[in-house]
Amino acid sequence: MQQRTIRLLSFLIVAALPGAAPAAAQDEAHVFRGATVIPIAGPPIESGVLVVQGGSITAVGGPEIVAPQGAVEHDLTGRVLLPGLVDSHSHVGSVSGGDRSSPLHPDVRGLDSIDIASDSFWRARAGGITTVNVMPGSGHLMSGQTVYLKLRDGGRTIEDWLFCGDPLTDVCGGMKMANGTNSLRDPPFPGTRARSAALVRGLYHEAQAYVERQAARADADPPAARDLRLEALAEVLAGERIVQHHTHRHNDIATVLRLQEEFGFRVVIQHGTESWKLADEIAAAGVPVSITFIDAPGGKEETLDWSLEIGAILERAGVDVAFNTDDFITDSRLLLRAAAISVRNGMSREAALEALTLAPARMLGLEHRVGSLEAGKDADFVVLSGDPFSVYTTVEQTWVEGRLIYDRSNPEHRRYAVGGHDVYRTTAEEEEALRRLLEGEGR
Amino acid sequence: MNGRASHRRRIALHRITLAVVLVAGAAAPAAAQVAVRAGTLHTVSGPPMEDAVVIAGADGRIEWVGPASEADIPAGVEVLEAVVVTPGLVDAHSVVGLSGALNSDAGQVRDQDQLDRTAPIQPELRAVDAYDATETLVEWVRSYGVTTLHTGHGPGALISGQTMIVKTRGRNVEEATVAPARMLAATLGRAVASNFESPGTSSKGVAMLRAALIDAQAYRDRAQRAAGGGADAPEPPARDLAQEALVRALERELSLLVTANTATEIAAALRLQREFGFDLVLDGAAEAYLLLDEIRAAGVPVVVHPPMSRVRTGSFETAARLDEAGIPFAIQTGFEGYVPKTRVLLWEAAIAAANGLGRERALEAVTLGAARILGVDGRVGSVEVGKDADLVLFDGDPFEYTTHVCGVVIESEVLSRECR
Repeated sequence: MQQRTIRLLSFLIVAALPGAAPAAAQDEAHVFRGATVIPIAGPPIESGVLVVQGGSITAVGGPEIVAPQGAVEHDLTGRVLLPGLVDSHSHVGSVSGGDRSSPLHPDVRGLDSIDIASDSFWRARAGGITTVNVMPGSGHLMSGQTVYLKLRDGGRTIEDWLFCGDPLTDVCGGMKMANGTNSLRDPPFPGTRARSAALVRGLYHEAQAYVERQAARADADPPAARDLRLEALAEVLAGERIVQHHTHRHNDIATVLRLQEEFGFRVVIQHGTESWKLADEIAAAGVPVSITFIDAPGGKEETLDWSLEIGAILERAGVDVAFNTDDFITDSRLLLRAAAISVRNGMSREAALEALTLAPARMLGLEHRVGSLEAGKDADFVVLSGDPFSVYTTVEQTWVEGRLIYDRSNPEHRRYAVGGHDVYRTTAEEEEALRRLLEGEGR
Repeated sequence: MNGRASHRRRIALHRITLAVVLVAGAAAPAAAQVAVRAGTLHTVSGPPMEDAVVIAGADGRIEWVGPASEADIPAGVEVLEAVVVTPGLVDAHSVVGLSGALNSDAGQVRDQDQLDRTAPIQPELRAVDAYDATETLVEWVRSYGVTTLHTGHGPGALISGQTMIVKTRGRNVEEATVAPARMLAATLGRAVASNFESPGTSSKGVAMLRAALIDAQAYRDRAQRAAGGGADAPEPPARDLAQEALVRALERELSLLVTANTATEIAAALRLQREFGFDLVLDGAAEAYLLLDEIRAAGVPVVVHPPMSRVRTGSFETAARLDEAGIPFAIQTGFEGYVPKTRVLLWEAAIAAANGLGRERALEAVTLGAARILGVDGRVGSVEVGKDADLVLFDGDPFEYTTHVCGVVIESEVLSRECR
């Protein structure tokens, strides 16, 4: 009950502010002292100091940092402080995308479907995640537009969590694309890999023509008719909307690189199971990889050649690497674990930490706002009980824009960290998706 | 790099293996004597020992265990060294070897043999007739320390078939087998309804199981009366493989491994056990924390679901709660329908260790604790003289994410030496 009151109050505060970001702004300064601060933008700082105010970071450094008068003091001695984790691929919030009417749905917005009250967002908070790219599934060549969310305190509609200002006018996420076996189905879906690529190329050529047509008729009266599908792809062609591309096998990854070269869009390889086989080609193309870290090979033919050394191999080749949860393929509470096991398998600690923070922020085009602890950036951070790569370490606190959104010492929050009866409720839709998943039907 | 073998390669290997077996027969490769020196040795049966040596004999058994200072290692015997050494891990429930990495249910290459959907009750299905010792996933789980695997038919049917116990080595099922039949795999709840026309509800499923067990009682009684002879003795019943398997459960030769996750399903399993008196092992048991008193009173062990599996009501702390309640339990890797196709026991136990169970208890849950529930603790699960020389070598705390498995020994045979 108390929880509800607090949420309602924070909504009132949010609602009173113009624009969406930073929604939870507050004037009171907070200073966090004593922790090992890992800013990502620079080397770790022992007995570091972090000062935040108005939802932003105002200073990061050693004990020499002077806090503003009247700042609220937080003693984090013995703790580790990291930027809030950025999950560049997740399905939290009961998101949906396109339907069976077509394999291509560039006009469908994931943000129109997300349940902001879904308990899956608590799983993310408990895992230290503060920014998340929520994506529709991979059963289409284009299943729809993804949305970049900030898990702010409170929030009544998805507008309260957006990075963009207004979904009616702004680009608020990426474009989910997929190739390989997931989207091979009966017509109107493609039946082969080559047909998949042909359908995608055809649509991008239409989008190129649309861009030219719109430019030619910019001042015409009446204005050119809008096409929501091609409009979204025009944003992709303009580099404003990043393609988030599900792909596993080496030849499918090569197809992604080929399409990227032809149309010049910004693309992130999502999953990239066999990307270790094409590390040099991917590095040469300057394309980043967001890895879903799986514990064992298989589950489908495309994921048989999974390697736990993927992070290390891509790092050595100079590829920008991130880890994602693909929740609920892996659990949002365990995102740190993906990086830890990659360190076990040869990745540097520095690259593994960046792969949870600044690297995925770059992959969403949000590196100016999140991903590192630097003055001027959003005050999003995580307090850990110890070494980020130890299994015995817990996420103690998660802060977003200067507000505590998850606190393990609060039993109401802690239950989301461990689970149990009545903790994670599911909708009928989620139950069905889970059943299909567990029976190997995939998605 | 392991686990990269393409499917075609796997098939090719399989053919070669078959050829070798035909020539060489079923004899397991002879193990050489080997010694392992441990910075810390977790015997599990006793307190950890610092700087200890285990001598594994040529017969595949542990010959000697003690402080390195007192070890008398015969000349010429290879000595392996590791920071930490534990017994070989025992996975209390898996479908690896029946369920393969490809996850293909149809076509020329199908590797999903853990569930037959033609009938909801098929206790006659033997795991030995399906286990593929050369499956990619067997090598995968071994490389992360599993040396003994309780595997077989999976969840999803009222009774899907039998389970068996194998070592994660051998070129074929004969070489791998420890116990060819150990339990009958049963499932309660709505999960069964999606695989069969009937049962369509949880209670119908229980009714069908009760009817089957009552039929088996009648079959057993008639067979016993027939065997007793005398004037009133009936004709012996025609041989019925399904009834025979159920009778073995009623006679407590095979346990009933009942997958039951909700409190309702767990209560139904306990009720069935009370009615028929079989040896019940609760499997999954996501909501066991709601019925700790009842489970303890029934004296039933629990093979808890992998902590990281996608069981919505599951908790990272279930293993710790079972332990606090004094209920015998083990941790399993279970069944996954998608990715990953199998879970890694070590990493599942690590989550339990970090969520209230602690290192020592978590280690016991995947070694001696599991061996006891499986009834093979006379042979595996701890480092003791006379037991199988199954050992795992680590370069640190076994459960830490950044620790490597640097060697696996099964019955004195060194099966891997690289750190991974």
